[in-house]
Amino acid sequence: MASAPSKLYADDVSLLVVLLDTNPFFWSTSSLPFSKFLSHVLAFLNSILVLNQLNEVVVIGTGYASCKYLYNSSSYSNHGLEDGRMPALCTRLLKNLEEFVIGDEQSIKEDPRGGTMSSLLSGSLSMALCHIQKVFRSGSLHPQPRILCLQGSPDGPEQYVAIMNAIFSAQRSMVPIDSCYIGSHNSAFLQQASYITGGVYLKPQQMDGLFQYLSTVFATDLHSRTFLQLPKSVGVDFRASCFCHKKTIDMGYVCSVCLSIFCKHHKKCSTCGSVFGETPVELDSVSKQKRKTPE
Amino acid sequence: MNNGENMRLNGEADEEDDDDDANGGLAAWERTYADDRSWEALQEDESGLLRPIDNKAIYHAQYRRRLRSLSSLATTARIQKGLIRYLYIIIDFSRAATEMDFRPSRMAVVAKHVEAFVREFFDQNPLSQIGLVTMKDGVAHWLTDLGGSPESHVKALMGKLECSGDASLQNGLELVHGYLNQIPSYGHREVLILYSALNSCDPGDIMETVQKCKTSKIRCSVIGLTAEIFICRHLCQETGGSYSVALDESHFKELLLEHAPPPPAIADSAMPNLIKMGFPQRAAESSIAICSCHKEAKVGGGYTCPRCKARVCELPTECRICGLTLISSPHLARSYHHLFPIIPFDEVTDKVLHDPRHQTPKVCFGCQESLMNPGNSPGIRVSCPKCKQHFCLDCDIYIHESLHNCPGCESFRRPKLATYDE
Repeated sequence: MASAPSKLYADDVSLLVVLLDTNPFFWSTSSLPFSKFLSHVLAFLNSILVLNQLNEVVVIGTGYASCKYLYNSSSYSNHGLEDGRMPALCTRLLKNLEEFVIGDEQSIKEDPRGGTMSSLLSGSLSMALCHIQKVFRSGSLHPQPRILCLQGSPDGPEQYVAIMNAIFSAQRSMVPIDSCYIGSHNSAFLQQASYITGGVYLKPQQMDGLFQYLSTVFATDLHSRTFLQLPKSVGVDFRASCFCHKKTIDMGYVCSVCLSIFCKHHKKCSTCGSVFGETPVELDSVSKQKRKTPE
Repeated sequence: MNNGENMRLNGEADEEDDDDDANGGLAAWERTYADDRSWEALQEDESGLLRPIDNKAIYHAQYRRRLRSLSSLATTARIQKGLIRYLYIIIDFSRAATEMDFRPSRMAVVAKHVEAFVREFFDQNPLSQIGLVTMKDGVAHWLTDLGGSPESHVKALMGKLECSGDASLQNGLELVHGYLNQIPSYGHREVLILYSALNSCDPGDIMETVQKCKTSKIRCSVIGLTAEIFICRHLCQETGGSYSVALDESHFKELLLEHAPPPPAIADSAMPNLIKMGFPQRAAESSIAICSCHKEAKVGGGYTCPRCKARVCELPTECRICGLTLISSPHLARSYHHLFPIIPFDEVTDKVLHDPRHQTPKVCFGCQESLMNPGNSPGIRVSCPKCKQHFCLDCDIYIHESLHNCPGCESFRRPKLATYDE
């Protein structure tokens, strides 16, 4: 297991990787317009960069059909205000964002398909983790990385395995995944991601005050978090989605060979090809047998 | 001043003389070469010039070879791994374990690494169980029952660190055989023996015991700490296990941790079956409920059985009320990367890189690191055969060893939705 390298950087310097949900299907139905959401987020990102001059911000766009790096504060030398007008962050980010959203919509038109409304969270999470590994490799002096998911679209069950893999990798390298979910229902994926990696999951009640939620909960560095009363989890949805219909279930059957989950009894495992003979058993028969033996 | 320098030189010479005696008569300049082997870090290039070897490239080439051999194994047979394992670890605490050739002693080294192994094992095999058995004074002692909690095993082991008498391979196997015979047919039965002694003090014919293990489909593996012994090799060959002898502590650790990932399932060693399980939800941090396992009121963070709605504190467990196996989906998901392994990336050849028709990406798709050489020519890179994105070598290793996702494939919606049904 690869452990995170020792962190010798000042503990209040952060690298914030923001995963921005740009899914047009969600934003066309959302009560909060995308432009308003963006103005909250831009103000928040600027405040992160102002909090400490060594802080770094990376923004990755999570679209419906693609993901892309939109902004990296360390790759441009930040001059702050240009001619007293918009800061560099806004212009660069907005320009890349616009290109990205147009390209994303293009690919939707090429391949129109109803049904799924989810965005590609697994892709942007994987990209964020690769970027963070690069920061770890850069030497013993590096900012403390964390990931913030600004997500609104519902979960895509077909991404379950990929997202779980990313979560465990983040847990191994001790990178917390924070999530701010602005959709209507809670996101089980993000709840699990934040719970397993020790991040904060928040579902803001009032969208008008999004900036306040962001700046009070997600702006502080990891060290200072220990002194804060951050929102506690209101329960985590640990239900699994079955492999056969991608339904979320709370009780089901598990293949003893490969641990695939099914919502009803099958004759053959679709993942590993094992043929199940008998009626399903419950695992507790083991312990019943065990109890009979004298100890 | 001259004098002083002379004195110092003399002093050094004396020291060197002393060292020479210890180092078998090598002169100081010889020793520096013998220790560093600096010539091995050089290689000759096309024009005959000596250049330092690019270690990174070599390391990566080795890594890719390993990856390829693994993937060829995986494609020849369908991926069936023994994911539900019942493993007994038999630890030799006989007189031989007090030997000091491992520091501070074999016993301490074994105990230290078994602790790490137990934790790693449960990380990789969420539904599996471990039991501990020790051998000393010619008999086998049962230390812990098969169980899924790493803490209880480690505690029991650390409380019993003493060695005496002889080791008995037969007694150990007989004891474990009795327990493993009762486990359900879908479980994989395994024994891992950490053997320090060079002899075995048995009450009967050990060959019979070996045959008994074979018929019960118990896979026995041995890691020796001293030297290879015939009976251990015979046992492993008969039961399909692996036999290895540790050279030193780090080698021992490596050999031990090789047993943590699930082994490929041996044909008909276990009957496949479907097991009914529940996936409870975690309650809010501020809720108060009486848990069924400790029978006391607790604030926050419990799990609710989906069948009978009883509250339990920890997962994985089985419900005290209705007997349903309760597990959280992340427990299961930890092993899914074994099932959906990510295909090895291909090295991008120079021909493709210098083909003007192809547009070669300038940065790694994963981490945005530049893929160009200092002279602005395309550098070494790999590409995913599925999504054709280019990655740097560091990302390649990270993606295959830790992430188990291809960022490129995950970042583009593919025409077909059925991603994991193949």
